[in-house]
Amino acid sequence: MSEPRPVVVLIEDEPQIRRFLRTVLPEHGYALFEAETGKQGLVEAAVRKADVVILDLGLPDMDGVEVVRRLREWTQMPVIVLSARAQETDKVAALDAGADDYVTKPFGVGELLARLRAALRRASRDEEGSQVFESGPLKIDLAARRVLLASSEVHLTPIEYRLLAVLVRHAGKVLTHRQLLKEVWGPSHVEHSHYLRIYMAQLRKKLEEDPARPRFLLTEAGVGYRLAVP
Amino acid sequence: MTHQRPDPDKLLQKVQREEAKAHTGRLKIFFGACAGVGKTYAMLSEAQEVKAQGVDVVVGVVETHRRVETEVLLEGLEILPTRQVPYRGAMLDELDVDAALARRPAILLVDELAHTNAPGSRHPKRWQDVKELLAAGIDVYTTVNVQHVESLNDVVGQITGIRVWETVPDKVFDEADEIELVDLPSDDLLQRLKEGKVYMPEQAAHAVANFFRKGNLIALRELALRRTADRVDAQAREYREGAAISGVWQLKERLLVAVGPGAHAEQVVRAGRRLADSLRAEWIAVYVETPRLQRLPEAERSRVLRALRLAQELGAETATLPGQDVVDALAGYAGERNASKIVIGRSSVAPVLRPFRRTLFDTLAKRVPGVDLLVVGGEVRHEPAPAAAEARRGPPKTRWRGYVEALAAVVLVTLVALPLRPYIEITNIAMLYLLSVVIVAVRAGRGPSVAASVIGVAAFDFFCVPPYLTFAVSDTEYLLTFAVMLVIALTITHLTAGMRYQARVAAYRERRVRSLYEMSRELSGALTAEQIVEIAVQHVQGVFEAPSAVLLPDDNGRLAYPEGVRPGELREADLSVAQWVYDREQPAGLGTGTLAGTGIHYLPLRAPVRTRGVLALKPRNERLIFVPEQQRLLETFAAQIALALERVHFVEVAQATQLRMASERLRNSLLASISHDLRTPLAVLTGAASSLTEQDQRLSPEARRELAQTIYDEAMYMSELTSNVLDMARLETGAVQLNRQWHPLDEVVGAVLSRLGKRLEGRRVDVNIEAAPALVELDSVLIGQVITNLIDNALKYTPAGTPIEISGATDAEGLRICLADRGPGLGPGEEKRVFEKFYRARTEGGPGGVGLGLTICRAVVEAHGGHIWAENRADRGARFCFVLPQSGEPPAVQPEALTTAPPA
Repeated sequence: MSEPRPVVVLIEDEPQIRRFLRTVLPEHGYALFEAETGKQGLVEAAVRKADVVILDLGLPDMDGVEVVRRLREWTQMPVIVLSARAQETDKVAALDAGADDYVTKPFGVGELLARLRAALRRASRDEEGSQVFESGPLKIDLAARRVLLASSEVHLTPIEYRLLAVLVRHAGKVLTHRQLLKEVWGPSHVEHSHYLRIYMAQLRKKLEEDPARPRFLLTEAGVGYRLAVP
Repeated sequence: MTHQRPDPDKLLQKVQREEAKAHTGRLKIFFGACAGVGKTYAMLSEAQEVKAQGVDVVVGVVETHRRVETEVLLEGLEILPTRQVPYRGAMLDELDVDAALARRPAILLVDELAHTNAPGSRHPKRWQDVKELLAAGIDVYTTVNVQHVESLNDVVGQITGIRVWETVPDKVFDEADEIELVDLPSDDLLQRLKEGKVYMPEQAAHAVANFFRKGNLIALRELALRRTADRVDAQAREYREGAAISGVWQLKERLLVAVGPGAHAEQVVRAGRRLADSLRAEWIAVYVETPRLQRLPEAERSRVLRALRLAQELGAETATLPGQDVVDALAGYAGERNASKIVIGRSSVAPVLRPFRRTLFDTLAKRVPGVDLLVVGGEVRHEPAPAAAEARRGPPKTRWRGYVEALAAVVLVTLVALPLRPYIEITNIAMLYLLSVVIVAVRAGRGPSVAASVIGVAAFDFFCVPPYLTFAVSDTEYLLTFAVMLVIALTITHLTAGMRYQARVAAYRERRVRSLYEMSRELSGALTAEQIVEIAVQHVQGVFEAPSAVLLPDDNGRLAYPEGVRPGELREADLSVAQWVYDREQPAGLGTGTLAGTGIHYLPLRAPVRTRGVLALKPRNERLIFVPEQQRLLETFAAQIALALERVHFVEVAQATQLRMASERLRNSLLASISHDLRTPLAVLTGAASSLTEQDQRLSPEARRELAQTIYDEAMYMSELTSNVLDMARLETGAVQLNRQWHPLDEVVGAVLSRLGKRLEGRRVDVNIEAAPALVELDSVLIGQVITNLIDNALKYTPAGTPIEISGATDAEGLRICLADRGPGLGPGEEKRVFEKFYRARTEGGPGGVGLGLTICRAVVEAHGGHIWAENRADRGARFCFVLPQSGEPPAVQPEALTTAPPA
């Protein structure tokens, strides 16, 4: 590890979870700072110059979504939300507020580490401003507006292309229905989620080998879509 | 279980309410023979005395008439501000009932109990205000003059020649807890009058001067003394007889007061009340509605109604008896009710006719020899004849048509008779005329029939009796024929008209009974309060021709309109008045003593346990409601509605209890099952983890890995159990809101398959989903859960490597999704049981399920309005299918022209 250790700020009120992550994360090369409350967490995130924030939604002093919103007032640092299962609306609210990803409790270490890595990679790629996405046979070049599947050109409608481009720009990140609708169709269409589903189905037909078991364009039930990164 | 074991708080409230009822205020009346004897003075003196003893005395309203010695007594007493009511340009000072209720003194002074409130007040009369104050537990001191006592009103009027219109019902007077007679000898009073110490309104100076004659004063004083003595006497008797007065009264006399349509009906009622009082007898005011009386003009009929209402106010039972003959009806009713005395008014037969007509008294005396008859006289106050011909017997058009019919009938008979004249006997021709009379009587009633009789006899004489075409008669014997013919015709008229009336009365009665029966029948079938309201509104409209509303209380006892608007429902009822009615369980509004000016009648819906609401109705025709029969019918309606509401209420309570019991049972089985399911993995977890921490050195790396894997597996099992139980609980408590949206079905299935990911390794999953329709309506998260659970189930109970088939198609029933496997299939009887809670099929080794997965599936599918079932496939394996009904039209998305990416 020649690079400086990435700084993780964990905002979580459950001591057991903190204890568990305290044993695991430093082992994998992260510098961990803990906060028990939302307020404390906001301070820690600023003071420690966090590279990524892991945030529990159920905090004693303030709503986790509110923490995301306050963070987004000044920083684009990745925020990974920890949520208990069966709270799709909470997840959506957190993502809409600007969170990058979510991990459902209970979670395995492997999964969390993978999400952390993905978030950090996305953050550095955003800085580079990469314009090309490649995953297996799929290659998308945003600068050239080209979509290639197994080296042959795929023809898309303007909306299909816009939708795919948004997903590519946030590859690996879960985008909520609302975010996608707003970016592709505009703010007045955020309630028309069936538009999104129909165009997503069309995209899958053109890009996926088996649309019923997609490889690239993944559905997050009740939340939104994600473009899988290799 | 609050309904089985009463809530202590509620019990306490109830006890307090009852205590409040028991603690009604005491009424003390300062009673005097006439103005000027010093009632107000006496009242204020006593108020000062009790105040000196530290009692909270407040003056509500006192009229000092600027008498100095009285005004002095007001000093030091708290005076409640009066309510200023503008009336015809002047400001009237009225007792502020609400302020008094808010102030809640121990004793409130309210002068002049007989006072009539300014229009627009809550009650028309001050004594009604006082009743409300008493009901609220406030003691009241008040004053009354003898001429203001309802039953003495006439007597005083006769003595003094001056009638007062402000009266206090005897009941109020009798129920006073204490009466203090303020007596002043007549000479002293006259002396005071001379000294100008008696208040005299200037405009009535002359009348008042007349009033204060010594003879009058003596008579009034005697009346007052006697009335007080009567009361003392009654109290003494009550004391001797203990509390069993009502029992004693039962054995005593019963008085029948016959109310007629005459001008002195009210006098008869008052006299009856006095008599009943002095005899301590129960009394019934009856009105016999004969055909003749039914044809009376509206004004007179409403006078009868007024008299009956007065009787009711004075404490009588009232009845209207339909009958041909007053005497028959009275005699029959007297026998039926075992009356010992009948009070009647003096017959107003014109003096000339007296020798010829037997009076009611005579005939009645013959019919009921064992009953005392009392004739009440009194000068008949000749009121201006009620707008004479204005409303004689029905609309003029029909009357006019009846007479035309009569004339036509006679003409027709004459035309028929003329050509037959040579051939048939003259007596038979007379029969034809009689026939016409019968027909007219049946069709057009009494008047036209009488006309037909007379014209018929005349026509018979003119056309059919020789010499023809003249009224002269050749044979004087025909005169007898004419006379007999006329008598017969008139008799027929009388009998037929009577029959018509009886038939109509019977029809009315039948209609009343039938309407009641129909409503009861419909009410008995009603399952919800809303249905009852609908039925009630509909029937009240039908029977009373009044739009109505049933106002129901919410949990806090505040009345409101039930949800939804029914045709013909009254929407302008005043909720605050209704609330008053509900709280006090007394009728109000039109036709009552409270807020009578509103045009709407409010009736509490009293059921055996408690009042269930208020019926408000706005009659188009007051008669339809306030005729005693109709009033009783209305009360019966109200009682029926209240009963139905109470029944529904208790049904709801019973259902809620049952539901609670069921959920309690469920919770118990859930707890039992979970505690077992949690302990087993916990035991494994604890054991494995303790081995790792305590014996780390001694364990081989393989053993350590094995223990860690065990911990992971058991933890995952617990995680599954927990989320299943939580899902189930959320579904069952109804906390889950369906979020139905339009989804491509393959996306829903695809999301599930990619989520299961690694777990499906080594399995072939065939997905066969019909392309049309593109979108189906469902909650993607919950249905995703259903598909996940079904796949999970297949993974658990079918051998590794066997394929799973998922199919989706839409038919007339809706969207059908099936999951089929090639496992061992379902055991006999398992098709249903697999969906039961905590049912687990036997597995050969490996962790069993929690036993909730399929139950959750069923709950979710049923929440969508669909159904789920399991069956064995014809060739090996099981199939689980569910159908989700699809109702809406899938939204359309405008197709987009395909353009080539990239554009130029």
